[in-house]
Amino acid sequence: MPALPTGDPVPADGALPSSALATIADTEFALYLHVPFCRVRCGYCDFNTYTKPELGGHGATIDTFADAAIAEMDVAQDVLTAGGANPPAVSTIFIGGGTPTMLPAADLVRMVAAARERWGFADNIEITTEANPDTITPEIAVELAAGGFTRVSLGMQSAVPSVLATLERTHDPANVATALRACRAAGLAVSLDLIYGTPGETLGQWRMSLEEAIDLEPDHLSAYALTIEEGTKMGAQVKRGQLPTPDDDDEADKYELASELLMDAGYEWYEISNWSRGPATQCRHNLGYWRGVNWWGIGPGAHSHVGGVRWWNVKHPAAYASRLAQGLSPAHSREVLTAEQRSDEDILLGVRLAQGYPIASLPHKGRGAIAPLIGDGLIGGRAALRGSIVLTQRGRLLADTVVHHLING
Amino acid sequence: MSPLAHNAPRPLATPPEIIRNFCIIAHIDHGKSTLADRMLQVTGVVDQRQMRAQYLDRMDIERERGITIKSQAVRMPWALEDEDEKQSTFVLNMIDTPGHVDFTYEVSRSLAACEGAILLVDAAQGIEAQTLANLYLAMENDLTIIPVLNKIDLPAAQPEKYAAELAGLIGCDPSEVMHVSGKTGQGVPELLDRVVRDLPAPVGDADAPARAMIFDSVYDTYRGVVTYVRVVDGTLSPREKIAMMSTKATHELLEIGVISPEPKASEGLGVGEVGYLITGVKDVRQSKVGDTVTSAQRMATKSIGGYKDPRPMVFSGLYPIDGSDYPTLRDALDKLKLNDAALVYEPETSVALGFGFRVGFLGMLHLEIVRERLEREFNLELISTLPNVEYRVQLEDGSEVHVTNPSEFPSGKIGAVTEPIVRSTILAPSEYIGAIMELCQSRRGSLRGMDYLSEERVEMRYTLPLAEIVFDFFDALKSKTRGYASFEYEPDGEQDAQLVKVDVLLQGDQVDAFSSIVHKDKAYAYGVMMAGKLKDLIPRQQYEVPIQAAIGSRVIARETIRAIRKDVLAKCYGGDISRKRKLLEKQKEGKKRMKMVGTVEIPQEAFIAALSQDGGGAEKPKK
Repeated sequence: MPALPTGDPVPADGALPSSALATIADTEFALYLHVPFCRVRCGYCDFNTYTKPELGGHGATIDTFADAAIAEMDVAQDVLTAGGANPPAVSTIFIGGGTPTMLPAADLVRMVAAARERWGFADNIEITTEANPDTITPEIAVELAAGGFTRVSLGMQSAVPSVLATLERTHDPANVATALRACRAAGLAVSLDLIYGTPGETLGQWRMSLEEAIDLEPDHLSAYALTIEEGTKMGAQVKRGQLPTPDDDDEADKYELASELLMDAGYEWYEISNWSRGPATQCRHNLGYWRGVNWWGIGPGAHSHVGGVRWWNVKHPAAYASRLAQGLSPAHSREVLTAEQRSDEDILLGVRLAQGYPIASLPHKGRGAIAPLIGDGLIGGRAALRGSIVLTQRGRLLADTVVHHLING
Repeated sequence: MSPLAHNAPRPLATPPEIIRNFCIIAHIDHGKSTLADRMLQVTGVVDQRQMRAQYLDRMDIERERGITIKSQAVRMPWALEDEDEKQSTFVLNMIDTPGHVDFTYEVSRSLAACEGAILLVDAAQGIEAQTLANLYLAMENDLTIIPVLNKIDLPAAQPEKYAAELAGLIGCDPSEVMHVSGKTGQGVPELLDRVVRDLPAPVGDADAPARAMIFDSVYDTYRGVVTYVRVVDGTLSPREKIAMMSTKATHELLEIGVISPEPKASEGLGVGEVGYLITGVKDVRQSKVGDTVTSAQRMATKSIGGYKDPRPMVFSGLYPIDGSDYPTLRDALDKLKLNDAALVYEPETSVALGFGFRVGFLGMLHLEIVRERLEREFNLELISTLPNVEYRVQLEDGSEVHVTNPSEFPSGKIGAVTEPIVRSTILAPSEYIGAIMELCQSRRGSLRGMDYLSEERVEMRYTLPLAEIVFDFFDALKSKTRGYASFEYEPDGEQDAQLVKVDVLLQGDQVDAFSSIVHKDKAYAYGVMMAGKLKDLIPRQQYEVPIQAAIGSRVIARETIRAIRKDVLAKCYGGDISRKRKLLEKQKEGKKRMKMVGTVEIPQEAFIAALSQDGGGAEKPKK
């Protein structure tokens, strides 16, 4: 799993600088909950997650996790109160992992309720949980919906058994449809996650996965190129030559195919890797990341952002639980962003969105890059005339190049 | 034989009969510095407490590389008992010599300041080619040679075998070869006795106008140029002005003295003595090695002779990686020049690399040392272009062009091209004869002769184009002979050769830094190698980039860098943002180091890697 970034130390109580809290009342406030458990670890996955044998029964386990997470909410509340900060009611909650549905639905609901008690909920709150298709039954879906959940993101990844095998995904492909129907029956919106570029996956197999996903008519779809991370089993297999290195050109072909098929099926891209039926079904929580809202990340290894301060928690559930048991903040370290860093992030995140990035917010040297970027077919000329940077399809694939030029000229 | 430091004869009051001037000829790691330290100790000029390892080698780089760049001279007292047990006092001047072939001229001047030389050879390794070269120089200067095997305490020492080898080389009896250990001190007093007995005293006319030969000249930040001299005739004293015979320039003499082992001012220097002069000049070019110093009031009519200007043999473009460092590089070169009379340079501009200098060096080691000093002492990061030699090109109209930068090689019809050649000596175990011949042949060498030093060791003499050895010859030789071969060379004029310029083009634009002058038979291989290397080194761009290698308009190799289609990170959520921004910041830094060639962005690293020689190649001595 990825090492935590390097940063500055955080005070033991997690206190935030007053600069970070100054604008908290005017900024959307979101919560992220990281559930670091999986039944088995997939070979490609570098998320902060643990299987039962890995945990060895120490620290925050499946049984005690919800309590630990709620304890961290108390720490968060103390930090805000001590800083005299009064965030608005929570606008979105996202529970990710790991496999959040390794926890009993009651625990998921309990954590959500605890957040509501502390900060209140905005009227139209969006509450999402990720889920493994095998873990969703109609009963669980109903329980989640009753507990306030509005959305479930199912890890489909692929419709092709051999691809799932390479990914070491153990879910039964047939369960995707079952789970989706259960969620829908309970009134939950559904998103499907797909992965392309798995070693050995053909373009035809990827088309099959896309078509099958489209046939299920989800409200929302995410498609990610497989990234081989160092320190994962798959990373080692690629290094040893047991699996072929994913090829950028192959991934580009697959992205273009996804873009084409999804558009034909009536899905609109609103972020580089995300498509929805329309604005109403976009994932507002994830949009918050790209728009730079404040969010508090709860759970081991979770990242947070409040007013230009980013911090991240200790990774291991045992260390996490032990900090909280001592009444300490589980924050590992943080960075207080400079104005330049905030502007850079604003651009690198904002450019990913279909709504575009306002040219007026670009630094002076970046504006000089606009004309050549239009000329190279990386950003839209019409949108630029209207004052926004909007990536073309070619530009979406070369977004790093675009961002680089917008920042450095 | 005993230390005499307290009542030693004073400078200017030392008759030539009791002076012995000597140097030590040795291969880089054969223990010269250790032996010199031991001599300082047994003569009492440095006591145990002050003893600092390898006192003579002052510069850091020298110490790290185990080589001596700049020579120095130390005065040591020594007493000898004759058969009647009567003690006589002597003054020994040990003159340190550079050990590498790049500095042949400096070596020859150091040798000219001596009457004798200790030939020091590692008892476990035998003589090496560089030592052999310096031994030839010493014998040419009619120096008395004392053959010595060092490291006699090593278990691997083979004194009999190598004594026979040395005896064969200098024409003496193996029993005359001394056995010492610089490390333990064994045999060192006996060696000093032998220096006194065997070496002739210097001879000169004390009443003639002063003549002293400069054998070294060093820039010191605090004192300006310190000039090392050996007095041949007359005396030099602190009260008189001196004159340089090559330029007739006169200087005040601010200080004169001897080194023992720290500088000590004296009342002057007499016939046969060795010491230093300080005149307040700031540039070593005003105090040139080989020049004759005389008295300004009473000038000598004839110089000692042997003076020549150092001539650069190898050229390379030096460019700051950060273009804004150009003024720093210029100032740094100006400073190094004060201390290095052989360093020549002029500004040059490269389309690919920006502003820099074309710098001439005595050889590859000199290049390495200068580059390392620039980077270390002036905190510069540099790119150096592939080293090349100086070519003379005859044009059709009969005029002639000197080319020190491949991109200046005339295009169109040309007549003869002349390249410098060297006369080289390779010493190696005889089992490698075949491998060495093969290597030299592939480098366009011609065998001039071959002799067996012993049954197992052979000396091979080759004429080689200098251009063929500045590349990676020494490394190739070492690898083909498992490190057993040693190599030395000296300039040997020029020859006509079938040379062509190979250019490298990116998207049709010539990249001047990659142009190279190569033999026509090797042009194709060079083109293919360079195009292939660049294909791997240059990151994919938004558009396809053709790479071509061409002679004139004829393309001899071609590669294509395919266009990049995807660089975006698919997932960028809350926990990815810091990581992603850090990548961007790193990329920002990297971007400053991008060079645009036409529309192609090339990272500095690609330039450095493309310009670095396969096999890591400079002609540097490695242990």
